[in-house]
Amino acid sequence: MIGLSHYLLVGAALFGLGMFGLLTKRNLIAVLMSVELMLNSVNINLVAFSRYTATDAAAGQVFSLFIIAVAAAEVAIGLALAYAIYKGRGTVSVDEIDWLKW
Amino acid sequence: MWAEFSLTHAWLIPLLPALAFVAISFFLLGAPWLASRLAIAAMSSSFAIALGVGWAVVSQGITVETPFLMKTVWFSMPGLSIDMGVLVDPIAAMMLFVVTLVSLMVLIYSTGYMAGDPGFSRFFAFMSLFAASMLGLIIATNFLQMFVFWELVGLCSYLLIGYYFYKISAREAAKKAFMTTRIGDFGLLMGILFLQILFGTLDFTELAAKVPAFVKANGAATLTGIGLLLFVGPIGKSGQFPLHVWLPDAMEGPTPVSALIHAATMVVAGVYLVARAFAIFSVLPGAMTVIAWLGCFTAIFAASIALTQREIKRILAFSTISQLGYMMMALGLGSLTASMFHLMTHAFFKALLFLGAGSILHALHDKADIFEMGGLRKSMPATCAMMGIAVLAISGIPPFAGFFSKDEILAAAAHVSTPLYIAASVTALMTAFYMARLFIVAFLGEPNPHNHPHESGKSMLVPMGVLAFLSIVGGIVPYAFGFGDWVRFGPAHHAGIDWGVASSSTLIALAGFGLAWSVYGAGHKKSDAIAQKAGVLYTLSFNKFFVDELYQWLNRNVLTGLARILYWVDIHVVDGIVDGAARGTGTAGSMLRRLQTGQMQHYAAIMFVATVALALILAFTAGAVAGGGKL
Repeated sequence: MIGLSHYLLVGAALFGLGMFGLLTKRNLIAVLMSVELMLNSVNINLVAFSRYTATDAAAGQVFSLFIIAVAAAEVAIGLALAYAIYKGRGTVSVDEIDWLKW
Repeated sequence: MWAEFSLTHAWLIPLLPALAFVAISFFLLGAPWLASRLAIAAMSSSFAIALGVGWAVVSQGITVETPFLMKTVWFSMPGLSIDMGVLVDPIAAMMLFVVTLVSLMVLIYSTGYMAGDPGFSRFFAFMSLFAASMLGLIIATNFLQMFVFWELVGLCSYLLIGYYFYKISAREAAKKAFMTTRIGDFGLLMGILFLQILFGTLDFTELAAKVPAFVKANGAATLTGIGLLLFVGPIGKSGQFPLHVWLPDAMEGPTPVSALIHAATMVVAGVYLVARAFAIFSVLPGAMTVIAWLGCFTAIFAASIALTQREIKRILAFSTISQLGYMMMALGLGSLTASMFHLMTHAFFKALLFLGAGSILHALHDKADIFEMGGLRKSMPATCAMMGIAVLAISGIPPFAGFFSKDEILAAAAHVSTPLYIAASVTALMTAFYMARLFIVAFLGEPNPHNHPHESGKSMLVPMGVLAFLSIVGGIVPYAFGFGDWVRFGPAHHAGIDWGVASSSTLIALAGFGLAWSVYGAGHKKSDAIAQKAGVLYTLSFNKFFVDELYQWLNRNVLTGLARILYWVDIHVVDGIVDGAARGTGTAGSMLRRLQTGQMQHYAAIMFVATVALALILAFTAGAVAGGGKL
């Protein structure tokens, strides 16, 4: 029988993978993809909790839809930034993109 | 009718000249004739109202105990409420009369004296403001209102002494006058603040009610200190020793200014302040003693300097200091009547003396040394006659004005303290001597062939004539009509003439005349020989006892050293704290900014670790409370 904890485990694994990618990848596109993974893991958690603990309300599902919409917008802007940076600086390597300081 | 109107509109007396000042300085700077006429018209109206006020005081029986009061709240905040208004009692009424009269005479005189001066309108504007400030000071109901006008008087003296601002000496003299009196004003301000703290009011009538009870309950020690602080103001303003140094230098202004400063507006402000606050001073025997002795010392000190001065206006300046010392001494002796009486007669004859000196300077094109004058009686008979009257009046020859007032002071001194009486008599002798010296050297003797003097015009002689008339009758008429019944403090003061004092003072004055004649009547040879013989004394007196040099020395050595120490403290301690605070912030910032690498993944890692740490903390603390996590 598949229960709540199974979904949560999948979500946690997905989040861990996303976090690993976020912290280790050098490519800006890969970093953005990792962020998408983390967002999707959160969506899984929300839907699972909604299904198992508050069966009469659809709040979790609605949240997920919102997150998907926001994530789409975020990716659009993120990719646009990546493209602009690549055009301007000739690189998408995040350890070279460090001029946003001081 | 007029009296009633004047009394309820007494605030117009300072307001009219003030308005004249505004009108002249904004609209009439290019119209000298109109400016002078406007100033004179405003002052005449003030004089008319002052006369009405005087008549109202007499006819309505306003006394020192029941003054006419009219006030409104000026500003108020929790714990402090200051009124502004009009206080008219016989003392104020007398002052209003004297100040408006002398100012009016000086203004009329100035139309002749200042004719053709490029700053003619400016002069009349400042003179109007000067008189307005003084008149406002007179009718003040409380210390703060008085202090505001007091400072205005100081400002106007600065403007007028420095009237010839293109002369370095005039600028320096103006600065000196302002700063010297500022020293006194600081003491006065401290005294006023202490009064406010102690009594919660600055109103003269309220203070007069509260102070005696306070002294009875707490002793006089604290209040004596405050009284002496208050008295520092008059020391500066009224040219008492040791802050008298500005007065002789104030001669740099035009002569009508000197007349106004010395007779009516500036220097008597100090005497008037002490008289106005007499309810405070009179219950402080310690402060009274200081006032009496300081006044006496100033009187004799300044008179001894006047003996040897050569410039006509300088002689008169030291004479003023000396006479102010007389007035202060009278106050210290507790005789407000004598002091105010002398203030009034002195205003008449000293204004006359200065206007006469101005007339001479006008004729001789500012040649001020009396030993270069000589024989002016032939070329300037009217000036000579009126100066003669003034000399007789200041020396105290009956029946001229000075006799009656000086006699009251001497009588008061004789009653209270013999040393003071002797010192005052010696001063009287010196006064008669140096005034006779001035008169003999300048008017009698052989004319100086290099001079081509001419008598002054009507606009100058008429005001002098009025003042000469007052110098003759200004003593006997008030005396006959009971000046002491009105202008007094405490019980009515029926000073009959003390014939012993009166005859001895007259003899002393005559002796002074005789001495002066024996020295200067025969020409300069004899006086030069005496100066040679007197040696050190002559040098001391001629150089004003080197007080100015002492201040210079103190300034150079003590003050500069102190300034250097304070400069070091400022640079290293005060600035050090400020600079240190800035430098500390900078250092902390430059260290902290190392944390900001710009590497987005560092930020993400820190955020992750922080979130995990926060979650763990919440889980464990929540677990400790609720006995285990929910999951």
